[in-house]
Amino acid sequence: MADLKPGDVMLEMKGITKRFPGVLANDRVDFDVRSGEVHTLLGENGAGKSTLMKILYGLYKPEEGTIEFRGEPVDISSPSDAIDYGIGMIHQHFMLVPTLTVAENVALGLGTGSRFTQDLGPVKDRIRELSEAYRLHVEPDAYIWQLAVGERQRVEIMKAIYRDVSLLVLDEPTAVLTPAEVDDLFVTLREMTGSGRGLVFISHKLHEVMDLSDRITVLRSGRVTGYTVPAETSRENLAQMMVGREVLLAPNRTRVEVGAERLSIQGLNVESDRGTPAVTDFDLSVRGGEVVGVAGVSGNGQRELAEAITGLRHVESGNVLINNTDTTNWTPKEVRGAGVSYVPEERMRDGAIGAFTVAENLILLNHDAPPISNRGILQFRAIDTACSDLVSRFAVKTPTLETPTSSLSGGNIQKLIIARELSSEPTVLIASQPTRGVDIGAAEYIHSVLMEQRADDVAILLISEDLDEVMGLSDRIAVMYEGELMALMDREDATVERLGLLMAGVAEEKV
Amino acid sequence: MSEFFTISVLVATVASGIRLATPFLLAALGETLGQRSGVLNLGVEGVMLLGAFGAYYTTLETENTLAGILVGVGIGIVMGVLYGVVTLAFKAEQGISGIGIFIFGLGFSDLLFQSQVGTPLPIDRLSELEIPVLSEIKWVGEMFFQQHALVYVAFLLVPTMWYLINRTTFGLNVRAVGETPEAADSLGVSVDRTRYAAIIIGNALAGLAGAALALELGIFQQNLTNGHGFIAIALVYFGAWRPSRVMAGALFFGMVSATVLQWKTLGIVQGTTASVVAMSPAVLTIVVLVFVSRRIGAPSALTRPFDRGR
Repeated sequence: MADLKPGDVMLEMKGITKRFPGVLANDRVDFDVRSGEVHTLLGENGAGKSTLMKILYGLYKPEEGTIEFRGEPVDISSPSDAIDYGIGMIHQHFMLVPTLTVAENVALGLGTGSRFTQDLGPVKDRIRELSEAYRLHVEPDAYIWQLAVGERQRVEIMKAIYRDVSLLVLDEPTAVLTPAEVDDLFVTLREMTGSGRGLVFISHKLHEVMDLSDRITVLRSGRVTGYTVPAETSRENLAQMMVGREVLLAPNRTRVEVGAERLSIQGLNVESDRGTPAVTDFDLSVRGGEVVGVAGVSGNGQRELAEAITGLRHVESGNVLINNTDTTNWTPKEVRGAGVSYVPEERMRDGAIGAFTVAENLILLNHDAPPISNRGILQFRAIDTACSDLVSRFAVKTPTLETPTSSLSGGNIQKLIIARELSSEPTVLIASQPTRGVDIGAAEYIHSVLMEQRADDVAILLISEDLDEVMGLSDRIAVMYEGELMALMDREDATVERLGLLMAGVAEEKV
Repeated sequence: MSEFFTISVLVATVASGIRLATPFLLAALGETLGQRSGVLNLGVEGVMLLGAFGAYYTTLETENTLAGILVGVGIGIVMGVLYGVVTLAFKAEQGISGIGIFIFGLGFSDLLFQSQVGTPLPIDRLSELEIPVLSEIKWVGEMFFQQHALVYVAFLLVPTMWYLINRTTFGLNVRAVGETPEAADSLGVSVDRTRYAAIIIGNALAGLAGAALALELGIFQQNLTNGHGFIAIALVYFGAWRPSRVMAGALFFGMVSATVLQWKTLGIVQGTTASVVAMSPAVLTIVVLVFVSRRIGAPSALTRPFDRGR
């Protein structure tokens, strides 16, 4: 095992081809990892990054291609084979059992002790040792459900280090982390490459890729479309390789005259599903022609805030005013009537019905009124006209209006939802994570639509975890932490560092 | 009512409550293990009936109670393999397949009984096994230590099952695949193998529970179990998937049943009242379930088939 020197090829995947019904997910992909390096796999959703790594981890079987590990051809047909070779994977969705402790999660599958006994003592000791060595703080006796996402991420990494993996795949590990946590993660990862491990980093956050990678391979539609090193490229360049055309990373912002106050939140208190306070004494206002960004790590009350404004969640105390009308605890339909549209964060749960056709999803808002329906009878000709118009206006790529929505890509579903929400010509738009998990091309388009709405005097509340998005689109930025407004600032005063600290709950001295 | 509250009657009632709790406890412990691995088996009743018939018929033919018990367990194992193939290999809907197993067990056990035996011939009942010294203790001895062997087996299985689930590698795997099978799979734990093992052990205990019922009564008849298996499933929820609380539920149920029987014997309740009171164990279970079970502690992956790469 110790025979690899830093820089020696550790893993070599050659000519990997994988087909799914109707899709060529990997098309003769070559990919290698050397000892002691971070090799980034970059690509849009559906470009084939995860497929390639799932093949490496034994979750999928490729139709063609070979895998060599440490110079030997290997056949990996299940995760336990991969583990035996010393290959570890941190999945995009955490692979942790919430009802078990950290130590139990680490010990799972190791067969520590004999089959009939389980002594976690040595496991806990080893976890403490490794915590120290890799500056990776985890508490062996804590239950996973008690931990915050950043801590869970550390447990995932602990699982890999504990198994002494020589190659670790990290599938979008930073998606749920604050900027400070990302920095900590990168320190640990560099510690790992320093000891000769090879890392595969999967991400679409370009500045992180530029920061961490030694080499970068770009995939598009299942094929390798680029190969580079950070010193020879730029974020714009990488985006172009991913999308296949030039991309505007920062939206064009025009100067817009700020209008009347359209949304006003005063002393708002809202509870979470579990009945604990989710939003506490929250004040915020948005004027026409203005984008106010709400930055924060997911789960700090953003969803509850959006739902309270849109009438989906009960307001305990405080007021919501839409165009100077108090709409507190109105029904969702009444709130919409007052001029509010809502793009929810959970697109497939709250935003669209997967089994419905594109047309059915597009008319969800106005199916009960002429011209879409007449005395309760749906008017198909009118639906067809209205929906064709929306689909072309908002560039929704769909084969037909009768296509089931679930078969569209994430970006197109999001465009569909935005098309429907804007079809009512709102004066206030609540957009939650509007481009999360959406490909760069669609994200660029959605940003341009939001900017058009801003120019049309719409008040936009943009809730997002993506700091680039918040800083790129907003006129003012609010930071939310544990349900409270940590700070509200003009966009010119915001930096990633400042927002990152506030998102982690570090309060600023009042100036 | 005063005749009920005499020491000897109360002692006898407790002793019989413990005995009546035994088949519930065995079946419910087995179902607990299966459910902790994420598999719901609504067919417990059917497996119990087959186990009961197997134990009865073997004992009738061989006059060997131990052979009867082993056949009961063996039938449970066979049914466990079958249920595993249906729900794990074919990933059939668990609720429906369980009902199928129940109906199969109900019909097939009666068919075998009618064709092989016909009239209900009595067999030797399980004899009491008096524990030396302990059974001598006044009252306590009669309540706890003059029971038949399977009563001791059932109650010893409570700590054993707790240990198996919470203190062994196998138990850790069971808990993991019942909560987050994807995580277990990603660490090289075979989800299917773990679930097969849990289901087979669970069904073996259901078979044993059936054997306990038949051998205690010394008889077999159509639908001998009369809902025992379904109550056992309810007890798993009642006990929030923890062996000790499942035992508490089984004892509660056994005690209520024993009390009702005793009242009937003593003539405290009669006629229609007796029939109404006889329903009370089931009614009480439902009432308690409504209040106790808020599905806290339910394995998250319960009834969800695992399909890698999905």
